[in-house]
Amino acid sequence: MSLRQRLVPYGLLGPGLLWLIVFFVVPMYFMGELALRSGSLTTGYTFDWAWSNFPDSLAGHTEQIGRSFFYAGTATLLALLIGYPLAYAIAFRAGRFKLLLLFAVIAPFFTTYLIRTIAWKTILSDSSPIVSVLQTLALVPPDGRVLATSGAVIAGLTYNFLPFMILPLYANLERLDLRLVEAAKDLYSSSRQAFLRVTLPLTMPGIVAGVLLTFIPAFGDYINAQLLGGTQQSMVGNVIQSLYLNQRDYPEAAALSFLMMALILAVVSVYIRFAGTGAFMGDEEEAT
Amino acid sequence: MALATRSWAWLRRNALPIYAGLAVAYMLIPIVVIAVFSFGATPKGKLTFGLDNGFTTEYWTSAFSLPELNEALFTSLRLAALSTVISTAIGTLMAIALVRHKFRGRRLTNLLIVIPMATPEIVIGASLLSMFIYYTVALGFTSLLIAHVMFSISFVVVVVRSRLIGFDRNLEEAAADLGATPLTTFRTVTLPLLAPGILAAAMLAFALSIDDFVISNFNSGTTVTFPLYVYGVSLRGIPVQVNVLATMLFIVSVLAAALVMVQQRRAERMAAVRPEPIPA
Repeated sequence: MSLRQRLVPYGLLGPGLLWLIVFFVVPMYFMGELALRSGSLTTGYTFDWAWSNFPDSLAGHTEQIGRSFFYAGTATLLALLIGYPLAYAIAFRAGRFKLLLLFAVIAPFFTTYLIRTIAWKTILSDSSPIVSVLQTLALVPPDGRVLATSGAVIAGLTYNFLPFMILPLYANLERLDLRLVEAAKDLYSSSRQAFLRVTLPLTMPGIVAGVLLTFIPAFGDYINAQLLGGTQQSMVGNVIQSLYLNQRDYPEAAALSFLMMALILAVVSVYIRFAGTGAFMGDEEEAT
Repeated sequence: MALATRSWAWLRRNALPIYAGLAVAYMLIPIVVIAVFSFGATPKGKLTFGLDNGFTTEYWTSAFSLPELNEALFTSLRLAALSTVISTAIGTLMAIALVRHKFRGRRLTNLLIVIPMATPEIVIGASLLSMFIYYTVALGFTSLLIAHVMFSISFVVVVVRSRLIGFDRNLEEAAADLGATPLTTFRTVTLPLLAPGILAAAMLAFALSIDDFVISNFNSGTTVTFPLYVYGVSLRGIPVQVNVLATMLFIVSVLAAALVMVQQRRAERMAAVRPEPIPA
């Protein structure tokens, strides 16, 4: 292979790699630099290896961090419980409605995220029929609210990230070789056993991808907590946004952003170790 | 008793479709609410949580009567168009390199493409803002464009790559055998077959850009996009026209998606028409 031929791929990759390095990798360095500054908004922030920003921002916001874990974790679990049967139904039982159902799954993407969340605010508002139904069923106390509670934030997060759960699950289920399930039944397994021993293990990569794609954005989200929650429901995202854009306490904001990344990476790597798959990294899509 | 047993049996048999139907309803309710409330008459022209005042098409006929909203929408469309063109061009080239060429650093490149998609938007927005603060860059349309191209590239690569992997290389070899230069082959064979994939990627990039709130929230300065406008007015009352425009955007996106799907089918048929192999 000539030198020129060997340089072709780098030429093709060049612009994209450059853009990603300059505007994604390098900014991380500057966020790190910002996180190690000290000072105040009025005197300006100067770089002086202020490592204490990290423990300080962690100690100051344990409540919001814990809440983010709880909300994002619950929303992910709910999305899996709602999404798996739906993806299964679309893959195997939908018949000629398959395309229509798939469309319904991606339909939320066609309306603005923010407006969808505001719509939930309307749906869960005190005078809404859904709330009266919940009150009649005694799931909500007669004088209770749904809006501005943890339940509303979790419902919003579940809704907003549900497509990210369903699509990888569907992609995985669709490729499932149904003859394997048949074989299990021929060998006298019950439907339940066939599902637990054959279908579920074979769709693990889809579950792992879906869980990650739901949990990560849900953990960093601040729109749902802001619009559907009250002051008692703020998550790490809300704190970071407020520190950066309102209080302009950049060092603490940057330190907290790093902590959030570190926490997510820790959770994700533990999770991948237990679930064990390379599917998320696109390993199966190697060059031909 | 028999009725109860029978209906229980029916319920058990149809549990999955019923459950799936409920899940679909959950996904569609907000969209229906947005559309329905765009027809609700309200005394002050602001969105209210009720339909007590009756039905009106007033806000549909006056959809473009709010200058601030128009400007925000126009900014969003301009931003999305530019960011789509740039990210689709850059991302397509990357996808071609990843699928068609062997080179050192493939794993690292793949990682660099996957990580931005797995990073919470707030971290992307905050880190970019940190860099802009360091260099005291004035925030505005340019910083928004930089950010939007950045988060779109990965998605473009993933979509175009999946299309390239299923690509029949024989068609290109045939063109070369018939004396076409590599450039002619690319122009007359590769690109037309790849077009639906590129179009799908471009649409995704456009949708991501026009929908983005979080990253824009951090890097917009005083520039206002459509989502940023909605966020701004959400505290003092949302004009009903916002719902009208959201519904319009929904309809346009659905039509565009349908168009891409038809195109994709056509390309698949095109690729499927091949001469029979010559018997040895």
